[in-house]
Amino acid sequence: KKMAIREFIVVGRKEPSEAEPNPPLYRMQVFARNEVIARSRFWYVLHAARKMKKTTGEILSVNEVVEKNPNTVKNFGMWLRYNSRSGIHNMYKEFRDTTLCGAVEQMYADMNGRHRARASSVHIIKTAVVKAEDTRRPNLKQMHNSKIKFPLTHIQPRASHKRYRAKFVTSRPTTFAG
Amino acid sequence: LSNSTMVFKRFVQIGRVARVNFGKDEGKLCVIVNVVDLGKVLVEGPIEYTGVNRQKISIKRLDLTDFVVKVPLGARAGTVKKALEADDIVNKFKQSSEGKKLEIQKARAEMNDFDRFKLMVAKKTRTRAVKVKLAELRKSG
Repeated sequence: KKMAIREFIVVGRKEPSEAEPNPPLYRMQVFARNEVIARSRFWYVLHAARKMKKTTGEILSVNEVVEKNPNTVKNFGMWLRYNSRSGIHNMYKEFRDTTLCGAVEQMYADMNGRHRARASSVHIIKTAVVKAEDTRRPNLKQMHNSKIKFPLTHIQPRASHKRYRAKFVTSRPTTFAG
Repeated sequence: LSNSTMVFKRFVQIGRVARVNFGKDEGKLCVIVNVVDLGKVLVEGPIEYTGVNRQKISIKRLDLTDFVVKVPLGARAGTVKKALEADDIVNKFKQSSEGKKLEIQKARAEMNDFDRFKLMVAKKTRTRAVKVKLAELRKSG
């Protein structure tokens, strides 16, 4: 099972030299499964955007950003750029989750399932918490109801633990929850 | 289609009391406090009252009960605890038929060999008593 996606803020700069004793700092928000990958992504982007690389630069800090309040449900808007088989496209997607990293995981899974875009082809341009009234997608808007109510029409009962799974069962399961 | 003709009586809704049926909190009661999407909800015990932490949990891991408490959307631990205590949900659930069945299941699972022996003897005694009485009634016509 994959490790969870985490949010890192990586700050780095070109190594100071005589010509440039105080090079500008660059800060990047990276979604990665660990710090090593976060650093690697930082250099990948910085190398493309500016004239610096791992050997000519230095990372000054890598800090993990932990969700401030994982106990409230938020709407996340995500601006992406992804490679399809025939071109590069921009996209805006919305996800509902308690944490930003949870929403990002949803996004990668969604892009994979809907567009066959593997994680390496997806670049996150921007993420933001979106207020309920500003969301654009109907599947999110349908959840914005303080009196939300829906039945569980078809449940698939399962054993409470793997060890209680039966190899053979004599009766068909009941999918009615009530 | 009005609620009275609805086939379904238990809904995923704010305030619905549910029982966790999978994972480390299995068997504990909690209250649905917000809905994330059609497959996940935000749930609150609270932890000092029923033992379930405030968390996002899959609906698949919940068994909805017949009980609903009145809590606002996103209610926090204090509000949820007050609502549960006001309606005495924990005890009401234990006394409901569903709650009683769960207790029996639990008791059966925790039986030791001596308990199983006692159960066997009790079943034998009961069957014998029934058979004797039945034979009596048959004989008398």
